[in-house]
Amino acid sequence: MPHLLHATAWVHLDWVLLVVVMWLLIGLIGIVALRRFRFVAIVLFPIGACVSLLLLGVALSAAFAEPEVAVLPLGLPQLPFHLRLDSLSAFFLMLIGGVSAGVSTFAAGYFRKGEGTPPGLICLEYHLFLASIAMVVIADDAYLFMVVWETMAFSSFFLVMANHRIPEIRQAGYLYMLVAHIGALGILMCFGLLQANTGDYTFDNMRQQHLTPFWGSIAFVLAIFGFGAKAGLLPMHAWLPEAHPAAPSPFSALMSGVMLKIALYAMLRVIFDLLQTRIWWWGVLLMAIGLATALFGVVFSTVQVEMKRLLAYSSIENIGLICAGMGLSLLFSAYGMKSFAGLAMTAAMYHMISHAFFKSLLFCSTGAVLHATGERSLGKLGGLIRNMPWVAWPTLVGALACAGLPPFSGFVAEWLLLQSFLFTTGLPSSFLDMLVPVMAALIALIAALSGYTMVKYFGIIFLGQHRDEKLAKAHDAGPWERLGMAWLVTGCLLLGLFPNQMIALMDPVTRKLVGAGLAQSVADNGWLLIPVSVERASYAPAIFMLVILLSIGLVFLLVRKLYHGRLRRVPPWDCGYPWITPRMQDTAEGFGQPIRQIFEPFFRMQRHLPTAFDEHPSYKVTVEDPLWYWLYLPLASLVERVSRVIGLLQQGRIAVYLMYSFVTLIVVLLVVSR
Amino acid sequence: MSWLGVFSQLLALLTALFLAPLLSGWVNQCRARLQNKSAPGLLQPYRMLHKLFQKDSVMAEHASALYRTAPYLIFGCMLLASAIVPTLSTDLPLSPAADGIALVGLFALARVFISLAAMDVGTAFGSMGARREMLVGFLAEPALMMVLFCASMITRSTSLTGIVETLALRELAIYPSFLLAGVAFTMVSLAENARVPVDNPDTHLELTMIHESLILEYSARHLALLEWAASLKLFVYSCFGLAIFFPWGVAQANAPLALIVALPVLVFKLAVGGFLMAVIETMSAKMRIFRVPEFLGTAFLMAVIGLLVNVLLGVG
Repeated sequence: MPHLLHATAWVHLDWVLLVVVMWLLIGLIGIVALRRFRFVAIVLFPIGACVSLLLLGVALSAAFAEPEVAVLPLGLPQLPFHLRLDSLSAFFLMLIGGVSAGVSTFAAGYFRKGEGTPPGLICLEYHLFLASIAMVVIADDAYLFMVVWETMAFSSFFLVMANHRIPEIRQAGYLYMLVAHIGALGILMCFGLLQANTGDYTFDNMRQQHLTPFWGSIAFVLAIFGFGAKAGLLPMHAWLPEAHPAAPSPFSALMSGVMLKIALYAMLRVIFDLLQTRIWWWGVLLMAIGLATALFGVVFSTVQVEMKRLLAYSSIENIGLICAGMGLSLLFSAYGMKSFAGLAMTAAMYHMISHAFFKSLLFCSTGAVLHATGERSLGKLGGLIRNMPWVAWPTLVGALACAGLPPFSGFVAEWLLLQSFLFTTGLPSSFLDMLVPVMAALIALIAALSGYTMVKYFGIIFLGQHRDEKLAKAHDAGPWERLGMAWLVTGCLLLGLFPNQMIALMDPVTRKLVGAGLAQSVADNGWLLIPVSVERASYAPAIFMLVILLSIGLVFLLVRKLYHGRLRRVPPWDCGYPWITPRMQDTAEGFGQPIRQIFEPFFRMQRHLPTAFDEHPSYKVTVEDPLWYWLYLPLASLVERVSRVIGLLQQGRIAVYLMYSFVTLIVVLLVVSR
Repeated sequence: MSWLGVFSQLLALLTALFLAPLLSGWVNQCRARLQNKSAPGLLQPYRMLHKLFQKDSVMAEHASALYRTAPYLIFGCMLLASAIVPTLSTDLPLSPAADGIALVGLFALARVFISLAAMDVGTAFGSMGARREMLVGFLAEPALMMVLFCASMITRSTSLTGIVETLALRELAIYPSFLLAGVAFTMVSLAENARVPVDNPDTHLELTMIHESLILEYSARHLALLEWAASLKLFVYSCFGLAIFFPWGVAQANAPLALIVALPVLVFKLAVGGFLMAVIETMSAKMRIFRVPEFLGTAFLMAVIGLLVNVLLGVG
């Protein structure tokens, strides 16, 4: 394309490429300054955050622009890199820029000396990762897509392995790599189908092809499988609760907040953009997988006893909910009900961006707690709100958003999703009419359970008494960490309080994907969020928040005015029992106990109960994912058995191998000569 | 937004604020009478609030700011809730700010804060209460949501004023789904308002209490606000149920006369509802905490079946 590199005026795409190049440069400088810890932390990461802000700005202005295309003369001969920046890419670039600005700032204060991989190398991997995810969303041919997709997988693999001296972390990294590559196989086959024997792997060509319903369905299932493995959909979720806790916290934040969304981006790109056919049962399948994933994720997150693992399962839940929204949108879209499809898609996208912010925030807070206390197990924390207010209060915002409570960001998405599920009477098939309300019921249950999880998460870490003496000495987050978390909190609050302004940004995307959006409605009603009509439903979080704050203020003043504000501080009462110790508080296991009991069939539990005669009575319960035993381990042993059989071929003697060649040659000759 | 709208909004708020303790008093009195006890006066809750507001607050020495803010926040949540539920009139300027789903969310927000506040001091009772409250909540919340969905499928609206307007003006029809939803709603409101089969508002017996153990450490004005918020919650819950199942008598927009009639009608409906609640409480025994999930699970399933009945019969 003529405008690139020797252009008269820069277009958005050039700016995005500039951002990518700058991130790569920062990474390279990092490798030069391999062990200069302070330089990497205080200079390189903040510059990276500034570059993220630049990307956010570019993406904001590109959201309403016409699609831009370019061809980079890189890559293999005859296979140049095709780039395309449309509204869908712009939305995800916005997400990447917005979240990574906060996380990079946080990371500037996070990394400490002497932790596994040298800081310069982490800097390279980190920025290479950011550059590759930015490239994924602007890639416009399967070749470039796979190259940057794999770059993303590898750079993130190395980041997960940052503390590679710990065996569990190596195991987690291995599992991550394995699932990523099984997924990549699915993606490759999917692209193979999409190009429909034309041999042209550009996305433009794929958009021209009309696959038959049969091949289209296979491509759809492959896309769900391949990208679902990256996103953590059931049953390909197993890597997520292993890899997230293994990675350094800022990187867990990026993985959960951004990388999972990139997998969803790819799903959207293939299903709604590249595939030209839409069949109703695709939507049902996606919804069913999504809801199963969400329920599974939330039930498991309530019983976790390690903070990052809890958040990882909660990410699985959120990804499931987003997929349910996408599936519903696909279902509506297959029946040509555009405006409802637009609503469901808006809900899914809103959930994506809000999850990106609050989950990165929560992961950053676990990082701060981890640094301050050295503990990642919930059962050993407690009472940190008193030493670490700068971590506790932002975390509270994140936790409330994650619990889907009004007026925070998670609720807007949940509200839109429930609204779109309520609109279903009117689908042509009565079976679906029955199915969808049941799914709405499930969503309500999932949302309520996530509230349970978040009370557990926040309450056990930050409230109560210190469960360990060393916690009293825990220090608060440093200035960089505070700044990064403040940025993410701002994002959460803005998303929660001003949904109309945010939905206006999503409108071009939903319009492009399903042909309708909410722009008209949000433009007409400044403060009220009205999906269809005001008689039907409306929600105004800003007014909501304002009324609550006003009444708090008023009540406070009135109480002071009419009565008094006297207060005495004494030891806790606790029904008159004076000998309370921190051990009398509920433990993390205890808090999850009711859920363990109710959802018992979900878990694979091993309990060790003390008997009356034990000298050192101990109680231990481990909760495991039954899918390991039903799916992963049988698969692994099958692979092992097959490879043992194939291994019989390898005798280690040259004569045998020569004989194989000889036999092969003869067989080939026989085949050819016939 | 008309002046009458602003007036009816303020009237609704004040009615809720000052009628709510009366409702609690009424339920207590009915229950005491039914159980052959001598009953406290109807105004007892007001006297208690006044007494508590006068006292000096006593607070655990390591309680955080969250603990101090929570009562105000919960009270604020309940105030907003009472502002958006149509009690006297459907002409509420604040009502578009939050629909039924947001109301359920508002209850959840209050619940999360009371649980967090209970965990803050770090006593055994507090965290146990928090866990139990969240256990009740995570089952009751979706059930309540399903009750709302039953109504909103019939009225094609999740806005509470919209539901009342549609149902009140529509020809009298018996919806089978409402039967199921009504039973579910009764069960949920018993659980959510700490009533007998699930919780006992009278007892401080350690092993059975839920609501009381949450507010165990609070005293004076903070306790007063929490108690007031609890009676507001009962009031709002009752009005929510009345709005869905007995929407008649609530004034429409631009009807000042109907507004005058609405107050006695509301008082009558609440009195009957409160009496029925007392009857249920008297007739049932407190159940074990481990049975609560079954109880609420039944409520949830009933409401879902109600929703499906709606779809089956093609209502709406």
